[in-house]
Amino acid sequence: MTQGPFDVSPDWARAAFSPDPNPSFADLVRRLDPGMLPRSDPSTALSLPHGTTILALRFADGIVMAGDRRATVGMSIEDRRMEKVFPADDYSAVAIAGTAGPAIDIVRLLQVELEHYEKLEGDRLSLEGKANRLAQMIKQNFPLALQGLVVVPLFGGFDLRRAEGRIFRYDAVGGRYEDIDYHATGSGGIHAKASLKKSYRKDLARDGAVRAAVEALVDASDEDAATGGPDLERNIFPIVALVTKDGYEVVPDVELRVVVETILTERGRT
Amino acid sequence: MSPMPYYVSPEQMMKDRADYARKGIARGKSIVSVECEPGILIVAENPSETLHKISEIYDRIAFAAVGKYNEFENFRIAGVRLADLRGYSYSREDVSAKAVANAYAQALGTIFTQEMKPFEIEILVAQVGETPENDEMYRVLYDGSLQDEQGVVAMGGHADALMQSLSDGYQPGLGLAAALRLGGQALAAADPERPLRAQVLEVALLDRARPRRAFRRLSDAEVEEILQGGS
Repeated sequence: MTQGPFDVSPDWARAAFSPDPNPSFADLVRRLDPGMLPRSDPSTALSLPHGTTILALRFADGIVMAGDRRATVGMSIEDRRMEKVFPADDYSAVAIAGTAGPAIDIVRLLQVELEHYEKLEGDRLSLEGKANRLAQMIKQNFPLALQGLVVVPLFGGFDLRRAEGRIFRYDAVGGRYEDIDYHATGSGGIHAKASLKKSYRKDLARDGAVRAAVEALVDASDEDAATGGPDLERNIFPIVALVTKDGYEVVPDVELRVVVETILTERGRT
Repeated sequence: MSPMPYYVSPEQMMKDRADYARKGIARGKSIVSVECEPGILIVAENPSETLHKISEIYDRIAFAAVGKYNEFENFRIAGVRLADLRGYSYSREDVSAKAVANAYAQALGTIFTQEMKPFEIEILVAQVGETPENDEMYRVLYDGSLQDEQGVVAMGGHADALMQSLSDGYQPGLGLAAALRLGGQALAAADPERPLRAQVLEVALLDRARPRRAFRRLSDAEVEEILQGGS
């Protein structure tokens, strides 16, 4: 029904006006131009920048999601200020480890996907719906997502219907698992997880949860060369985000500095 | 023995179609939009809580339509799709109300000339700027004509009367309450048989001050409070 001079591509216009009830943005892009979707060739993955350690934990008011700031290529530090934790929408967060390029692309796609659904349907997806959507996107876009090298995200948020925080982890083929307490992944994930195991308690309040997250990243950076620790001289701190009933919030650096200094003092390192 | 086909001149045909669309639109409820200090305020007569006439297209862009719901709903969806495609393939800043309005104009123009029946809808695409001078409002008519509007817009039934009372009371730089009262009173005055209550109004603001997504709906309670405070 729509032909003629558009200032958008005629293909886009035709697809936009087609009476297709599917509210998925990713599916729309796949029909129009699959080249716009994130992709990754595992054979080149090792020579590309890698994000390293990310973690998430539940606390009384919701969840904390955190990541260090280092990206590596082989043995070199590629980036000291990379961000690995992002808002997926107002009430959920996603963190990425693995090949940085496609991982950031899939975050961007997920953000548009959730907002697109919300606008078309006039309501947000349930938290579980968002988590499942991310699993499908990993499966569809990274058919060869192997051995954790490509994209390994953590997803979590505040479930408005249940009034509690929930976190989900994924394996490399898009399998989705819910964690009831905490999880960490990436190259330093095993150390971060061991740290969380010691510090985690079900009744942690906000400050305790932030501290547990920062401490786990400090521990991971102590053991894993690819994980960057807090850098007080350069003023580089991990990204620590909270998702509660009030939405997504990033803990400011001034607050993190105090937490880091406390941890280091207690360990006799300053 | 089939009857002889009648010849209908193109002028007559277009006029008939335009009359048909105009009558359909004039029978329906109305929408007014007011550029004000906090952003662009859109007020619709709409008793339904769920079938919206005003909605969000993109970060700074809103959609409002009068006429047949099933006809404009498809346009709303198309607008969201086009905006999200553009924003995803270029950048969020590269999505403009003008591009969306242009696509609407093209589609409505094609429907007007090629389909059996023209669409009985009019669409407003509004984009809030950093300052009131940068606000943009585009009105797309049933035949695909595109108008660039400033200050106030009225669409739907009694549009002329509405426009008259809006223009009389409008001045640049109105506050939110004043703009809502202006819009609400214009709607009430245009049709005295329908009492003006918050429950029959759908109100949304493209809020200049909000960081990314400017679109915000005002609740019935919020609207009621502002309207009561004014009288």
